Amino acid sequence: MTAFKSLALAMVKGFYRDKATLFFTFVFPLMFLLIFGLLFRDSGSEKITVGAVGEGPVITALADTGVVELERYPTMAEAVAKVRDGDLPAAVGQSGNEITYRFAASDQNQAGTVRGIVVGVVDNLNLAATNQPPRYTVDESNVEDSSLEPIQFITPGIMSWGVAISAVFGAALTLVNWRKKQVLRRIRLAPVGVPTVLSSRVVVSVGVAIVQAVVFLGIGSLPVFGLRLVGTWALAIPVFLLGVLAFFAIGMLVGAFCKTEEAATGAANIVVMPMAFLSGTFFPIEQSPKWMQAVSQIFPLRHMNDGIMDFLVRGQGASALVVPCLVLAGFTVVVGAIAAKVFQWEDS
Amino acid sequence: MVVEDIRKAYGDLKAVDGVSLSVAEGEFFGILGPNGAGKTTTLEIIEGLREPDSGSVRLLGESPWPRRVPLLPRVGVQLQASSFFEKLTAREQLETFASLYGVGATRAHEMLDLVGLADKADTREDKLSGGQRQRLSIACALVHDPDVVFLDEPTAALDPQARRNLWDVLRAIQARGKTIVYTTHYLDEAEILCDRVAIMDKGRILAMDRPAALVRGLDAPTHVILERGSLSAADAAALPGSGEVGEDELSLTISTRQPAELLSALANRGALEGLQVRTATLEDVFLNLTGREYRA
Ligand SMILES: Nc1ncnc2c1ncn2[C@@H]1O[C@H](COP(=O)(O)OP(=O)(O)OP(=O)(O)O)[C@@H](O)[C@H]1O
Ligand SMILES: [Mg+2]
Repeated sequence: MTAFKSLALAMVKGFYRDKATLFFTFVFPLMFLLIFGLLFRDSGSEKITVGAVGEGPVITALADTGVVELERYPTMAEAVAKVRDGDLPAAVGQSGNEITYRFAASDQNQAGTVRGIVVGVVDNLNLAATNQPPRYTVDESNVEDSSLEPIQFITPGIMSWGVAISAVFGAALTLVNWRKKQVLRRIRLAPVGVPTVLSSRVVVSVGVAIVQAVVFLGIGSLPVFGLRLVGTWALAIPVFLLGVLAFFAIGMLVGAFCKTEEAATGAANIVVMPMAFLSGTFFPIEQSPKWMQAVSQIFPLRHMNDGIMDFLVRGQGASALVVPCLVLAGFTVVVGAIAAKVFQWEDS
Repeated sequence: MVVEDIRKAYGDLKAVDGVSLSVAEGEFFGILGPNGAGKTTTLEIIEGLREPDSGSVRLLGESPWPRRVPLLPRVGVQLQASSFFEKLTAREQLETFASLYGVGATRAHEMLDLVGLADKADTREDKLSGGQRQRLSIACALVHDPDVVFLDEPTAALDPQARRNLWDVLRAIQARGKTIVYTTHYLDEAEILCDRVAIMDKGRILAMDRPAALVRGLDAPTHVILERGSLSAADAAALPGSGEVGEDELSLTISTRQPAELLSALANRGALEGLQVRTATLEDVFLNLTGREYRA
């Protein structure tokens, strides 16, 4: 067996014989995938509930839109009381040709949405009553993949995050452990070059990441979650691989700085946790403040996430590869160079 | 192997303070000295693991620092603290180290037999006993059949049986023309194994020669030890050949420069109960050189 193969084998055995590592590589991210996957399973089709009073074409048309859920009340007064209590964002009543709309100022977002829907329905009916053809028509269709479900967002986010942790931890802990146990010194006494040692660790890290991806995507694709690999998903592979390399480089840097496994674990967490929160792993980045979105641009995890989602969710073309790939490759080179600079064979 | 005036300081501490020595091909060379004497530092400089502050090293005709890859397959090193891959069994450790040198698995398995670990082949490194780890570590140093072997306290933590087995292994290696440099705390062992020894203390070599020559050069008296009460101190002092006489709770010690005469006088008196004769050893050499008891 060549030195490269046997070193890789030694690392693989060290990996799968360690229960804690296996847990944090597979089970831990999967727990998040399960929780978020089940939590948001129906959130995409969640409808706004609106109080409805009386009968008439407007109320019927509102029910037909399928966007709002109508909750019946016998009198307007009762419906308004519900709105005042904050149980409903708005109430709509029809009595003959008169439409009453009452909303809660405390929930302007939803009330505004409902108002738009109600006004739209009323305008349409008014237009129809004039028997004129509409002058302006809206041609609308979903720009995202038609299969868009929360699981399509959640899986890439959790996958990138899980892969990031294990790439950082794998590289850092091997380096620290081998230095501490003098294995690095011992390897240095053997006719084996640094590139051999390094490349065997890269291959193991990439291999582990691929297994992780297969497991996460496989579980996401179970009928309960309903993930579907659609459109240009295969273009996400280069982004994925470059992401693994970027986090491998971070792991090498952490491992070069830290003397003990405990310190390396702490440092790796400090690096990865904020990234996970600010890069759209646990909630969509679009929901966070503008400044936070700007800050998150410096994180490789953000680019890995975005890059993978561009293809897995948004079905973009190959030109969308350029930015994430360049950023991740640049990150790998710069961080890797710093790691090589501070690297030490032994504790001084 | 030629070492000239190497020095290495850690801050104010002179770990190695001007060591020069040369070891010929096929020689079995021992470095002795108490804890902190600088043995490990000296070895690591020669192996090319550390850069000396000054001085020069030639190993197999080449300078080991900076790292010289062509030299490495010819050198075998056992570090003082054992260095193993995490979570691998004894056999896997050896196979991995073997492959680093391009050596096949068969040879790795032979090495397990050689150090008597065949029955522990599938035991994880962290589940081996201290002495078993030590033996595995030695096997890893020898797996690629190097021309020069450096062993840092290989017999520490070994039971008497394992120690003697290792002696046989090392002698067999030497018999095949290989060079061995090792450190030990066991002076008696060094006397038995080594062609030459260097005695180190505080970063310096105090003496270097064949063990027998060092002991002879000491010109120390022989000690004859008897059970206490078999002879009075005054009677003992009056015997022919008798020198200084000392007594403790258990024994009476007579130092002599004419052991033959003294022993026959004792035999005539029938006072041979519990008789021990102790000639000078490397321990006495050490005591003489440093003025301190040898406490390893
Ligand atoms: N990396 C280091 N940094 C600072 N001091 C060191 C370092 N390595 C060794 N020393 C010091 O150098 C001196 C010589 O150490 P060395 O390990 O060579 O001793 P030794 O003869 O091998 O001892 P032992 O019998 O305990 O193995 C010691 O006083 C030790 O404290
Ligand atoms: Mg030592």
